[in-house]
Amino acid sequence: MPSPPSPASPAIELDALERRYGERVALAGVSLTLPAGATLLVLGPNGAGKSTLLRVLATLLRPHGGSVRVLGDELPERAWAVRRRIGYLGHEPLLYRDLSARENLTLHARLHKVAAARVEELLADVGLAARADDPLHTYSRGMVQRCAIARTVLHDPALVLLDEPRANLDPGAAEILEPLLAGRTRVVTSHDPAEAERADVVLGLRAGRPHDLEGLYAT
Amino acid sequence: MRTLSILTVVTLVTAYALAFFYAPMDAVEGLRQKIFYLHVPLALVALGGFVAGGVLAIQHLRTRDRKWDLRSYVAIHMALIFGIGTLVTGSIWARAAWGHWWLWDEPLLVSFLIVFLLYACYQPLRFAIEDPERQARYASVFAIVAGVFVPINFAAVRFAQEHTHPRTLSSSHNLPGPAWLAFFVALAGMVLLYVTLCRYEIAAKNVRFAMRRLRRRLGEDVVAGRSAAPQ
Amino acid sequence: MRPTSALLRKELRLEWRSREVVPAMALFSVTTFVVFHFGLQKDTVDGSLAAGVLWVTLLFAAMLGANRLFVSDAQDGALEGVLLAPVDRTALFVAKAVAFFAFLALVEVVAVPAFYLLLLGPSAGDAVPGLLAVLVLADAGIAIVGALVSGMATQTRSRDLLVSLLGLPLLLPVIIGAARATTPLFALGGAGSLPGKWMAILGLYDLVFGLIAVAVFDFLLEE
Repeated sequence: MPSPPSPASPAIELDALERRYGERVALAGVSLTLPAGATLLVLGPNGAGKSTLLRVLATLLRPHGGSVRVLGDELPERAWAVRRRIGYLGHEPLLYRDLSARENLTLHARLHKVAAARVEELLADVGLAARADDPLHTYSRGMVQRCAIARTVLHDPALVLLDEPRANLDPGAAEILEPLLAGRTRVVTSHDPAEAERADVVLGLRAGRPHDLEGLYAT
Repeated sequence: MRTLSILTVVTLVTAYALAFFYAPMDAVEGLRQKIFYLHVPLALVALGGFVAGGVLAIQHLRTRDRKWDLRSYVAIHMALIFGIGTLVTGSIWARAAWGHWWLWDEPLLVSFLIVFLLYACYQPLRFAIEDPERQARYASVFAIVAGVFVPINFAAVRFAQEHTHPRTLSSSHNLPGPAWLAFFVALAGMVLLYVTLCRYEIAAKNVRFAMRRLRRRLGEDVVAGRSAAPQ
Repeated sequence: MRPTSALLRKELRLEWRSREVVPAMALFSVTTFVVFHFGLQKDTVDGSLAAGVLWVTLLFAAMLGANRLFVSDAQDGALEGVLLAPVDRTALFVAKAVAFFAFLALVEVVAVPAFYLLLLGPSAGDAVPGLLAVLVLADAGIAIVGALVSGMATQTRSRDLLVSLLGLPLLLPVIIGAARATTPLFALGGAGSLPGKWMAILGLYDLVFGLIAVAVFDFLLEE
């Protein structure tokens, strides 16, 4: 069980975060603080940098400027320590399609040093127990997404980063997501401004920079 | 920069004056042997440049400062040009001295060719990666691995040629005193030439970056095309 | 150690399922030996010619295999899933290189007998122990450099071309060493002794490149 950050220390602290792609700006001037246990919603049109922001938080991308602190640890220096405690659900499942759900999850369990029994629990929780030994390329998209969700929470992370989590889910599976995420700090991206009501902190992004929610989608 | 350029020219002119007028004429090969003063310094500087490219690449990976990547790129680029010079002069010399354009049993020539072929892939590698940050990183990785490869390669090929023909480049080890002097001055001149040319290329590239930045600030939509050079 | 062995098991299992690498290499090797058998117009080869044919074929087969080392990892972002775990990137490289070594060994189980049948004379049976030793050392070098170069080329355009362009020059010392070491084994009058000098060079190459690859591989993976 990872130790959650003490209630006083924020889960995420960003100060003027910058990330470039060559000369083009992918993210710039992003600053925010997210308290532990809260939900951050990142809104913005396509290409605004939402996925880039999540990937920086997930330690998959290095920040090029500014400072990033996740769960009390500075990135990129302490990326190693952070990885244990965060879960990332991206656009792609991040799984091997030639391996079965069980094999994929067992691999991640071994890499995260999680007990094998947890894999079985999760397979049941996401409703894949019956087809756990079939290779992923035989799954429907909804089933693959369920397996990806299992991968995300396998190691009981304190912070989960979800890039448009509802995108590939089949309708019945939307219910399995909530209980698995309960109690964790979340960062969620979405196209739907209506979700702002359920979030604690909202960040609007447009062309990589923070933007007011009004006029976020204006052309 | 100007002092450096002047110094380079002076050194090179001195070197070749010495080579032609001061150093004794080779008894066997005559005038053709003089190409040695061009070919060997070219070769040594090219190899040194390749290894330097690797060292600069280490700095780039350590500091993540793009200026080191630019220096590494220019070092290798310039060394490659000197390498072409080496192969051409080597070939001319071989032809003039032994009647063949190329000698497979000459370990130095073969090792050099292998190294040259390897570094000829440096720019295609860079060109094949679009993301500028990754391009710089992978190029540095390559420069380091290839830099380590250079000495290993020479050792391996040298070992492979047990039966070195006695009349090859090792004959240059029996040079008389004045010839050594000319050689060292030529080597120094070549090093200076290399450094000067590298400096010029770096300066030219920096100017180009500054221009692009200014134009961008003026609002022009400047998109750098895909290229093998650092952006 | 456990992450490395978990990753290694993943590599082997993936190959078993997808059969991307080994069959292609084995088929290529055997076909090439057949081509040589007819192309060289000799009943048998021996000495340096035999060593050359064997090693050049194995090297090209290895380049073919190296092209495919990271294919499964690139699909669906699978490799990123592994990168999210608190695992040393070096473990990734070690697993990949050891797996490639295993694949090369499997290919040689098929290719070397084929070589014997198609190209070598009957008296070459006593070369086997020496040949095994050379194969181990040379395969280690090929596996290390192959995994490294494949990692470099995998997310670039013209990947196939780059793997060969980068890998072949880097592996030239291995070819030189392996061919020189194998030549006395295939001598016409029966296998000679294994030249220690070349084995030492192969070993040194493996050590140096192993260290360099391990030091440098991290930089290929962090964005």
